[in-house]
Amino acid sequence: MQILLALVALIAVFGLAWALLWAVGWGLRRLLGRTTVSPLTFLFVGLTRNWIRTVLTVMSVAAALFLYVALGGVLDTLKGAIQVGSEQRLITRNGISLVFPLPIAYRERIAAVPGVQTVSCSNWFGGQDPNDPHNFYAQFAVDAATYFPMYAKDVEFVEASKPQVQVALAPGVDPALAAFMSEQTACVVGVKLMKKMGWKLGQTVTVKGTIYPGNWPFTIRAVYRAKVKSMREETMFFHWQYLNQMGMGGQSFVGVYHLALSQPERAADIAMQVDAMFENSSAATHTETERAFEAGFVSMYGNIPFVLRIIGLAVVFAILLVAANTMLMSFRERTTEFGVLKTLGYSDGTVFAIVLAEAAVITLGGGLLGALLAKSLVQKFDLAVLPPMRVDWSTVYGGVGVAVLLGAVSALIPAWQAMKLRIVDALRRV
Amino acid sequence: MASVQVSNVRKVYQRDQQQIPVLDGLSLDVVSGDFVALMGPSGSGKTTLLNLIGGIDQPTSGEVRVGEESIGRLSGRALAKWRARNIGFIFQLYNLIPVLTAIQNVELPLLLVKMSGKERRQRALTALELVGLGDRIHHYPRQLSGGQEQRVAIARAIVSDPSVLLADEPTGDLDRKSAEEILLLLERLNQEFQKTIVMVTHDPHAAERARRVVHLDKGVLSN
Amino acid sequence: MAIPISYNVRNILHRPAATLTTALGIAFTVAILIGALALASGFQAALLETGSDDNLLLMRKGADGEISSGVTRDAANIIRALPDVATGEGGRPLASAEVVVLTNKPRLGQPGTSNLTVRGVDPEALKFRSRVRIVEGRMFEPGAAEIIVGRRIAKRFADCRIGDKMRFGQQDFTVVGHFEAGGSSFESEIWGDNKVLMPVFRGDVFQSVTFRMKNPARFAALKRELEADPRLGVDVHREREFYNDQAGLLATTIRIAGVFIVIIMAVGAIFGAMNTMFAAVSARTREISTLLILGFSPLAVMLSFMLESLFLALLGGALGCLIALPINGIVTSTTNFSSFSEVAFAFRVTPLAMGVGLVFAAMMGVVGGFLPSLHAARQPLAQSVREL
Repeated sequence: MQILLALVALIAVFGLAWALLWAVGWGLRRLLGRTTVSPLTFLFVGLTRNWIRTVLTVMSVAAALFLYVALGGVLDTLKGAIQVGSEQRLITRNGISLVFPLPIAYRERIAAVPGVQTVSCSNWFGGQDPNDPHNFYAQFAVDAATYFPMYAKDVEFVEASKPQVQVALAPGVDPALAAFMSEQTACVVGVKLMKKMGWKLGQTVTVKGTIYPGNWPFTIRAVYRAKVKSMREETMFFHWQYLNQMGMGGQSFVGVYHLALSQPERAADIAMQVDAMFENSSAATHTETERAFEAGFVSMYGNIPFVLRIIGLAVVFAILLVAANTMLMSFRERTTEFGVLKTLGYSDGTVFAIVLAEAAVITLGGGLLGALLAKSLVQKFDLAVLPPMRVDWSTVYGGVGVAVLLGAVSALIPAWQAMKLRIVDALRRV
Repeated sequence: MASVQVSNVRKVYQRDQQQIPVLDGLSLDVVSGDFVALMGPSGSGKTTLLNLIGGIDQPTSGEVRVGEESIGRLSGRALAKWRARNIGFIFQLYNLIPVLTAIQNVELPLLLVKMSGKERRQRALTALELVGLGDRIHHYPRQLSGGQEQRVAIARAIVSDPSVLLADEPTGDLDRKSAEEILLLLERLNQEFQKTIVMVTHDPHAAERARRVVHLDKGVLSN
Repeated sequence: MAIPISYNVRNILHRPAATLTTALGIAFTVAILIGALALASGFQAALLETGSDDNLLLMRKGADGEISSGVTRDAANIIRALPDVATGEGGRPLASAEVVVLTNKPRLGQPGTSNLTVRGVDPEALKFRSRVRIVEGRMFEPGAAEIIVGRRIAKRFADCRIGDKMRFGQQDFTVVGHFEAGGSSFESEIWGDNKVLMPVFRGDVFQSVTFRMKNPARFAALKRELEADPRLGVDVHREREFYNDQAGLLATTIRIAGVFIVIIMAVGAIFGAMNTMFAAVSARTREISTLLILGFSPLAVMLSFMLESLFLALLGGALGCLIALPINGIVTSTTNFSSFSEVAFAFRVTPLAMGVGLVFAAMMGVVGGFLPSLHAARQPLAQSVREL
């Protein structure tokens, strides 16, 4: 649905651009008729000659570059996703797979490892929106008293309920969480998720459990915003203790342990030490930096980046053909004209440059249009399975570069023909 | 002062396997300030001769001199530069650039010489006024009649003040009245401004206006 | 009075460079479309073929995948003993209570790791999943710490060669064979004996029970009975439907993304076709007026040019099919986010996908040819005659 809407918006944008370009063409012709001729006006006059064709070509290059840069943006996002997450924190999970839990008993033993400052834990809840199972968002049960202090630098709380009873907060816990901390069934929700679901602070929302069966009501007591990119704003957090009581029958399983380090430079060492400690226990562990842990999710996309590259290439190639075709036709139409220019004393090199420059303007214009459109539109997109979409400027520049190259390549043959054109042959065609 | 000297020029075209001689050892002298009409049946080599004099085609053998310059020795860039300074071309089908206005078309050759935009415009205006189109300068070619288009073309040919004008059937596509105007204009350019003119034509009426008529037949002068 | 089609065909062939570039532009668009459809249907087919309509899959109520499910040993035994379960040789029920876990393995030849499904099955599992067949090595011995690996992941992941060892918990398992399963997603799994694997993993609980129905016609009633049984606490799915649902999310995503990409590409390709057709029209001004003077109606002229554009596009569409054809059968893999595990599958260029591609090409031709054709038909006769 979102994609369909985006498509309609896109078509509208292209329609608007079309109308705009028409107006520009009309104005340009008016304006150029009044100026004295200079190489620059000559170039623009060349573009207005067959304005429909110019606009069509500019638009097709723009469409191609939009796609090229948008796909590049997905790659940027994937690339960015493996660089989020701190290298100062460690994550300890079950050695076989993330889906297996670890015993709570490990917590004390991990905390005792030299260099480990605090240990917190979280469990993936895997709940669904009871109204729409496809409306995915993440829920984590966390040990709030240690978890939020550990991530204090990564999030800020923008809204919070007032606590009904005064409670003593654990050290480092944001005072905004007072109401959340004092209520078992309370939850903390990201701003984007609030907006997406249309929730209000204080509202009680229901999550349908898949791993932990049943309908789970939670009351929203605080809303957070991310201060770093690694933190998603579409997540719900609630009390691990509550999940333990209601969902695990007090068996106290832990999904992963989060380790804050007092000696972050020794991260690799500490990770090895932790894993060595449990190597022969019932549940062996695997400890890695938070960044490596996050990167693990991205590598699940497998061949997708490769597929995107292939598509990008196909798109550029297809448009290269369109552009080359246009240049060729434009040249053929003007054979006599080039002959006249040469007769007037224009050198072969100048004629070559005129054809090339025209192509460059067309592709550069289309390229800029498409690339900037992609930059501004794609970043508004948010796919649940990916971190927020982003398009690096380097991708935009790269795209525009590709466009200019495309122009040069597509104009090379006609420009060469124009240069080599013999006046006698050109004029005979009249 | 410029004169045109064509000495023993041969021009052979190669078409498929056949060699087609167009000019066969032709010699022609045009003194400075002359107005020569080249006449002859189709395929007699009139246009080829004109192209050779204008330096847009090269002879197979022989020499073409215009003024002090032996244009066979010039090549590429130098030839183009020479052409811009010394030769004005007038075509049967005017060959104006359709997307440029009259005055912009006239300005076009001036782009090749160092000149300010203002001066360029001034000279183009002068040239257009000379051909009697001072009130049509912002019209596009398609908004002009054939005769007017040809006059713009003539303004374009003279704007850089070349000494030699080469005209290929300048009245071939015009009605009698317009043709008369064009011929008057050429006469005036010859007499008042001392332009050397070589004009290819089919039309005996047009040829009458020249100081001298030269007949070509099968690649040689026939008179 | 229609203008003969051969007129258009000849015109298309008369300008090979323009024809080829335009057709190729359309071809690449069509190829990408077919590619996206082939990817989606390949993925869907892999999962669809995993299940059989005659088999039932039972998971805990509310579970959306095997990983989040749990079925007790007691419940599994009750299910095995149901009279509705088909029986094989020796009267043993054709049922398999399975433990399903994920293991994280490094990819070969690519950075990163992915989750592989490890499935502990009853020996009977192979009897009612008839497509499962050993292609290399041998079957695991019941009771032994041995596993077999699906053909499609065998070469893509570490530790999957015959003789390699994988460590689960505190026990090493030896890979003794590779198996195929008709291209289904089972080929992306690792199988072993559930009696050996169960204690290593999650303790005394299965993730699912699958059995062959004695009488498939009784599905609806059976589903009602089993789901109402308080001792079981299970949801009942037809195996095939379950796996098809698992494919739904990703296949739909691929299709939507593919169509999205292709529509934008099509904008470019349509502009290309329009360019070419406008040029074709303007190059033939004289021809068109001749046709009009000869008495052909403007409509006939318009149809003729539309037809020409259509030919051009169909040529491109056919080329696109040819370009897309070689990807048929290429195996690729991704994580299925419904089960969170790796699924390797082959691109499937179906006749339907090619048909969709051709129809799409034809649409591009019609859209791209419309304005130029209109332009041709509405050409003012007086002006064109002057240009004659």
